[in-house]
Amino acid sequence: MTTTIATLAAGALFGAGAGLLLIANGRIAGISGIAAGAFSPQRGDFAWRALFLLGLLLGGRVALHLVPAAIVPAPPRPLAWLVVAGLCIGFGARLANGCTSGHGVCGVGRLSLRSLVATAIFTAAGAFTRVVWLRFGGAS
Amino acid sequence: MSHKDNLFVAAVSGFVLALALALGQLTRPAIIIGWVDVFGDWKPHMMVFFVGASGAYHLFARIHAWKRAQGAADACAVKPMRIDARLLIGATIFGVGWGIAGACPGPALTTLGAGAPWAAVFVGAMAVGLRLADAPRLRGPAKSAESRGPLGKAARPWPIRSEG
Repeated sequence: MTTTIATLAAGALFGAGAGLLLIANGRIAGISGIAAGAFSPQRGDFAWRALFLLGLLLGGRVALHLVPAAIVPAPPRPLAWLVVAGLCIGFGARLANGCTSGHGVCGVGRLSLRSLVATAIFTAAGAFTRVVWLRFGGAS
Repeated sequence: MSHKDNLFVAAVSGFVLALALALGQLTRPAIIIGWVDVFGDWKPHMMVFFVGASGAYHLFARIHAWKRAQGAADACAVKPMRIDARLLIGATIFGVGWGIAGACPGPALTTLGAGAPWAAVFVGAMAVGLRLADAPRLRGPAKSAESRGPLGKAARPWPIRSEG
């Protein structure tokens, strides 16, 4: 129960951080979208993206000391699989115009049907992949 | 661009998001794996985080919509988008990535900031994936929705494009 409340509170903090960006800058806190724009910079549209990403990295650095248990130092999968997963995540998020933060939190928070559909498909495709992964002897 | 982004707010927002992900343990791939393990050892942890996050965000989105109704010109106007093949295919490929590694852009960048080398491998591959999907051939008409301009009157309640 305490974990549930703590998780809810952490989620609310995430929503507040994303909401701040919406209210102050009118931007959707979609992490993959912001990263994509930073990796393909355009004039007048780079600085805020770079600083947002720097904030994320710095937050990770602080989290290492604040909540060390949340940081996983060992690769969760062999590196080749991490590359495959990274390609899927980047390519898929860009094609779908959003990832977990953009669709899952901001989109669902705005009651966007498009984002609800995207989040449901993320989960369904993930569940299917998980079954296949375990069937073929992948590590849990 | 008539729109001016507050850079300090952008940095603070990123910082808060990373802290929230770590505090909620979303940085642990096992949490995301637990969410997609629907037919196995399913864990509702991520859903709880989502409820808190999208619930809180909803309040901010309402304030934002209200500000715009008052004529505030601080936001970007973006056309609403349809549920199309790009969304369905992209979301499916994204889900496959979830199922394989349990990693996500936000948690991976947070973990990279904490100095875990594996996150650099993942983020590097993710950057390549993002760029590949931006190839002109794949852009399609949907891309035009990215043109941003000053905000006129909000014709619809939520005319902002979701990007993430």
